[in-house]
Amino acid sequence: MRYLPLTADDRHQMLAVIGAESIDALFVDVPASAVLPGPVDLPRVAGEIEVERELSALAARNRAAGSGPFFCGAGAYRHHVPATVDHIIQRSEFLTSYTPYQPEIAQGTLQVLFEFQTQVAALTGMEVANASLYDGSTAAAEAVMMASRVTRRGHAILSGGVHPHYVRTIETLAHVAGVTTERLAPAVDAEDAVIARITPQTACVVVQTPNIFGTATDVSKIAQAAHAAGALLIVVTTEAVSYGLLKSPGDMGADIAVAEGQSIGNALNFGGPYVGLFACREKLVRQAPGRLCGETVDADGRRGFVLTLSTREQHIRRDKATSNICTNSGLCALAFSIHMSLLGEQGLRRLALLNHQQALRTRDALASVPGVEILTRRFFNEFAVRLPVPAAEAVEALARRGVLAGVPYSRLAPEAGLEDVLLVCATETVTDDDINAFRLALTEVLS
Amino acid sequence: MRFTKDHEWVVVEDGVATVGITAYAAEQLGDVVFVETPDVGKTVAQGEGFAVVESVKAASDVYAPVSGEVVETNAGLGDSPETVNADPEQGGWFARVRLSDPAQVEALMDRAAYDAYLGTL
Amino acid sequence: MSMNSVGRPTAPNSDAGTGAFASLTGGRGLLQDEALIFERDGWFKTGVDLPEPDLPADDLGDLVRQEAIGLPGLSEPEAMRHYVRLSQKNHAIDLALYPLGSCTMKHNPRLNEKLARLPGFADIHPLQPQSTVPGALELMDRLAHWLKTLTGMPAVALTPKAGAHGELCGILAIRAAHEARGDAARKVVLVPTSAHGTNPATAAFVGYTVREIAQTSDGRVDLADLEARLGPDVAAIMVTNPNTCGLFERDIVEIARLTHAAGAFFYCDGANFNAIVGRVRPGDLGVDAMHINLHKTFSTPHGGGGPGAGPVVLSEALAPFAPAPWLVHGPDGLALTEHETAEAGRAFGRMSAFHGQMGMFVRAYAYMRSHGADGLRQVAEDAVLNANYLKARLSDVMSPAFPDGPCMHEALFDDSWLEGTGVTTLDFAKAMIDEGFHPMTMYFPLVVHGAMLIEPTETESRQELDRFVEALRALAGAVRAGDVERFRGAPHLAPLRRLDETLAARKPRLRWRPEAVQTLAAE
Repeated sequence: MRYLPLTADDRHQMLAVIGAESIDALFVDVPASAVLPGPVDLPRVAGEIEVERELSALAARNRAAGSGPFFCGAGAYRHHVPATVDHIIQRSEFLTSYTPYQPEIAQGTLQVLFEFQTQVAALTGMEVANASLYDGSTAAAEAVMMASRVTRRGHAILSGGVHPHYVRTIETLAHVAGVTTERLAPAVDAEDAVIARITPQTACVVVQTPNIFGTATDVSKIAQAAHAAGALLIVVTTEAVSYGLLKSPGDMGADIAVAEGQSIGNALNFGGPYVGLFACREKLVRQAPGRLCGETVDADGRRGFVLTLSTREQHIRRDKATSNICTNSGLCALAFSIHMSLLGEQGLRRLALLNHQQALRTRDALASVPGVEILTRRFFNEFAVRLPVPAAEAVEALARRGVLAGVPYSRLAPEAGLEDVLLVCATETVTDDDINAFRLALTEVLS
Repeated sequence: MRFTKDHEWVVVEDGVATVGITAYAAEQLGDVVFVETPDVGKTVAQGEGFAVVESVKAASDVYAPVSGEVVETNAGLGDSPETVNADPEQGGWFARVRLSDPAQVEALMDRAAYDAYLGTL
Repeated sequence: MSMNSVGRPTAPNSDAGTGAFASLTGGRGLLQDEALIFERDGWFKTGVDLPEPDLPADDLGDLVRQEAIGLPGLSEPEAMRHYVRLSQKNHAIDLALYPLGSCTMKHNPRLNEKLARLPGFADIHPLQPQSTVPGALELMDRLAHWLKTLTGMPAVALTPKAGAHGELCGILAIRAAHEARGDAARKVVLVPTSAHGTNPATAAFVGYTVREIAQTSDGRVDLADLEARLGPDVAAIMVTNPNTCGLFERDIVEIARLTHAAGAFFYCDGANFNAIVGRVRPGDLGVDAMHINLHKTFSTPHGGGGPGAGPVVLSEALAPFAPAPWLVHGPDGLALTEHETAEAGRAFGRMSAFHGQMGMFVRAYAYMRSHGADGLRQVAEDAVLNANYLKARLSDVMSPAFPDGPCMHEALFDDSWLEGTGVTTLDFAKAMIDEGFHPMTMYFPLVVHGAMLIEPTETESRQELDRFVEALRALAGAVRAGDVERFRGAPHLAPLRRLDETLAARKPRLRWRPEAVQTLAAE
């Protein structure tokens, strides 16, 4: 087996050094009833050629986004990632290192995390950010738990614009942690509706901008209402590139900003691994979940970085920890940080404008198709349309014509009764030809 | 000054107890990096966790040595938690508690008894 | 003859000298100090050429950001240098044995990286029509089949994103199962003192009270204590097997029997599954739920701290409560059921937005497929052999915590052999860096004083193991010789000396502060 360096001779000699008669003698503590006599019923060792053949065949059965016009968003976005990013994250020293618990020999990872935290804080307009969480949805759930700890209150209000899968992720965790949740009805311009629901028992209000229907909202008024009641405002963003064009959550008064960071530096990967961004006001940081990297000096007074404020975490606080999280999304955060550094402020702003521009063009093209109603007024790079037929059927028909046309809202929330709503996203990777092909195919499907 | 087996100390003046952790505790904890004090106005019961003291590698609960209402906390510990190491039994105090049951103090150990107790650890 | 007298000398200067040397500019030869990206001149740079937008964004009005964000940029060559220089300050499994006990730092095959990047896996959207991704669903199903077969369990929830997330998933399923039975009185989860911190943290996060189970002097769960604590208030036990002392729980079948007899479930922390994969099936031991760290047992890269992946195998009793989404075999082939519905069962909810760590599924499946059933069995055997070899070769100079009997995949030492030497576990571990090795896991598990937990994994050659042994024996010799300074000041030869974690925690500086940007904005 190519990954196992020991030879039969090695094994023999090593057993002699140990003083064991056989390998079985080393497994002596396993109850006899549980010892398998031989290999389980699965295929045997396979060479690279064979494995590559099998997996390539499976991959070939999937329709890659890049193989034709592609307009899916709703929490995962197809952007161009510079070749440099993937080269760097495959360097041995990043790919095959562990969590930087020994800072003297992990300054590479730690400095990247410090830069990442600074980038995320700048993008979200918040004072501090952590070293990342699993993804945007789990970051949102952690934020609700944190708000409950900070305010010592047990009720969260979720706007109807929050991604339905995020809502279910939050509800799943909140339910068992004793935090009640109130989910408002889905609506294209849903965010402001939360204001009327805030009470003195509210721990937090969760809003999303741009929301699941694409609507970008100035949430400043919601922030004021929340703060007046002693509640926190959590702002969710699923498309991190939007930070390049839109006002940041911090500018609008958010106490905690969470986001899916996949858009920057990371491929679609059929849903994971992604990278959750988590930022908050500095005074709340001791209640924050996840790893934090901080600056310090070494024994010679040279600047260096370490993981810090660890007493919040499970390996020290155990059952009193702020979260059970024991990892971040290190390599995805590295990819994010490299891509962000390559873009810089100029590049990010331009990238964001290009996304917005292609989305406007797509909207205009679809608006010209008879029977299509544009629902979202102000958006970044995705918007909702109403079709005269069920969106799921239209999407299947368009897929047969080579166009991946977007995400039916009903796929996210079948119970909502919005079968005719399609969520359409256009990024910088969408060409004018793609838009035209979408328009023509949709016209055909609807006629 | 009176002491508990959990290494808190108490000094009472005009019905208000100043509370902190002992030099022995500060030594055992190592470098203190953060102290979480209770909110002023909070009512605490003897033996209940009312503050947390953190070193880099550990977070330890501090138990209220007496019952009463928290009337003041040591704001200086926010910026300078190292005071707990440098001056544990004076400048490193945690909170002041208005006693609801002054008799509790009498039941605590005096210095000699506490020193003898330390000798048994 | 012709004489070339202008060539370069090819031997060291005889008067070159030895000893401490400082460069004139502060660097250490090719190992450069590297400024933060925020400290460079990159406020107006970019390393990405994008076309000029030709539509205005005036439809967004006051939603548009006005102020500078505060993000520097790097041209591509600068970016390459920045990150390559930083990378050189990291230790990595590709450089040397990385003996972190409980973390399983084994070789990461690059075939897996290549396959995960095929457009048919990397460039597919989680919400594109299922009819356009049959190969992805098939891969998930094959992975699930392997995981179920290797563990002897009937079901698996693929979505958890890391080990601790898998624990959360398993405990949520247990909670849901109790609720479905109408058994609301169970509020306690029992956890051994030696457990990973994630176990009590997870149980508490879900609202359970955590109680500790005592350990016997030979490093196992104390059955009598367990039995005494089991009762109608106990929802579950969480036991790691092989445990964090690197030992197989001999009484595991009895532990499971007692737990079930008390009406509780047995959650097994599968962090150490790599020690028994292919030889022992947790399903045969009476386990109800166990997460599998794909980044440990099945070698998806640790990536400097994630991403992980933590699928959870479930018993028949817990399977109906698995979270959405899950795979079903229907008349039209495989499909993902994405929502909990009345017909679909009693799922407890959803762990995250999408279907799990697909990128890790591809890598883990490629790893399993490469080894095959026989190769995976060999993985466990070699991992255990290597650990016992290290234990055998180090026991005369260090103090094994449990000298009697074999260990499993990791060898645990305590610090009794350092007593009175002036050298601590931390000092010893840091001195290993000077000899070219990453320290072992230190001060964990908590039940052993000054613990040193060494896990070599099966991907180390005998030669590398011997190199490691010689380094540790030499260091142990230096301890005994009283060469304390070597240890107290270690590491001496790393990119940085020991770092001041107290300062970092007392005065947290969690980001670079943008004085420069404020200046820019003022201009």
